[in-house]
Amino acid sequence: MLRTRVIPCLLISNRGLVKTERFKQPRYLGDPINAVRIFNEKEVDELILLDISATAEERAPDFDLLTSIAGEAFMPFAYGGGVQTLEHALRLFSLGVEKVVLNSAALARPDLVSEIAALSGRQSVVVCIDVVRSFSGRYEVASKRGRQKTGIDPIEWAIRATDLGAGEIVVQSVDQDGRMRGYDVEIVGRVAKAVTTPVIALGGAASLQDMKRAVDAGGAAAVAAGSMFVFHGKHRAVLINYPQRAELEEIFGEDLA
Amino acid sequence: MTISVIDYGMGNVSSVVNMLRKLGDEPSLVRDPDGVARADKLILPGVGAFDNAISRLSALGLIEPLRAHVEARGNPLLGICLGMQLLCRGSDEGTQAGLGWLNTRAVHLSALDPAGRLPIPKMGWNSIEIVRRMPLLEGLESGARFYFAHSYFVPNDGSEAIAATAEYGGRYAACVRSGIVFGAQFHPEKSHRFGLQLLANYCAL
Repeated sequence: MLRTRVIPCLLISNRGLVKTERFKQPRYLGDPINAVRIFNEKEVDELILLDISATAEERAPDFDLLTSIAGEAFMPFAYGGGVQTLEHALRLFSLGVEKVVLNSAALARPDLVSEIAALSGRQSVVVCIDVVRSFSGRYEVASKRGRQKTGIDPIEWAIRATDLGAGEIVVQSVDQDGRMRGYDVEIVGRVAKAVTTPVIALGGAASLQDMKRAVDAGGAAAVAAGSMFVFHGKHRAVLINYPQRAELEEIFGEDLA
Repeated sequence: MTISVIDYGMGNVSSVVNMLRKLGDEPSLVRDPDGVARADKLILPGVGAFDNAISRLSALGLIEPLRAHVEARGNPLLGICLGMQLLCRGSDEGTQAGLGWLNTRAVHLSALDPAGRLPIPKMGWNSIEIVRRMPLLEGLESGARFYFAHSYFVPNDGSEAIAATAEYGGRYAACVRSGIVFGAQFHPEKSHRFGLQLLANYCAL
């Protein structure tokens, strides 16, 4: 069977590589193209790149920057941020992006998911659900990079997104983002149980053990992380890193021929 | 011999071009019958729906030139992902006729996993098992890992066309060959050094 995909999720803001904590305080880390080149050499399973300034600035994806990055990405490459129209998605596909990640735009106009899926197939559409948890433990979907609570139930939205044509669902915990204390396995599990599409856990991972938990207890089909792959040590020195294939196989098992 | 990549509006042409460039090739993009007629070696990529792809090829007037490329001139063609399924007679995904060089039909992945345990589309890295040596797989062994992203598959019917298989509830075709026509269900252009090797083999044909 397929070994669990382990996916670095890189954030860019104003053309720089950044990392946030609980969606705030983006810390500048370096040049995104360079980071992609390093991940390429490390033969990562896949890469997700999110431009967190695009939606905030209400602008389209930075196609020039993405052309340069896609030219270096010899692995599956998903992009999100400012993808608002079918034309945006098609242009991204044509420059070498495999999958577009829809978040606020899909909430504002759910038909965008179906339009892209109808033309390019569901494997090319990822819906990212940013989830916040209230003190009482109730989950709701956040929009606009966590700034706007929508009152929408993440499970209902995941089911709807799947029906609309999403090929994968990213469940991202706003509360766990950048804290390196493990995923919110509970919400990952609830969503994974409710949909047939692969669910990718994101937000909070510090170790392969955290990832293993999201798979075993949460039913995640794939796991993604930011901090874990860009920081090293307790002082969080910037170091692009990725586990050796042998480590991944030890934790997640080998994929069988 | 130069390589031409068919650009018919169905997906990741640039990814293929990017990897060919990394190999030192300077591929051209072809979009019209003349382009196909002049090509030495073709790559037919493809992401999306079967009928949509056939309709696009047809609307661009590429179907007959593709036949002439393979059948009259005996020039190589490599179909990638949906591009490999287009080599079949047809697909359960649609109603249009395929190019027909593979005497089979593409089938939905649920047929391999009737219990429905596996997520569809299949997305991820999978080792292949090589069942028949061919030039495209030179320097690659069983266990080589490739990236797959698809919902339909070409059945492993045990025919001579099947060169490598992958697994998803059951075994199916990962690599095919029919004469000078080749197919890869996975994405070599997104499969690191394994994909580089496969595309280098195709360049070297």
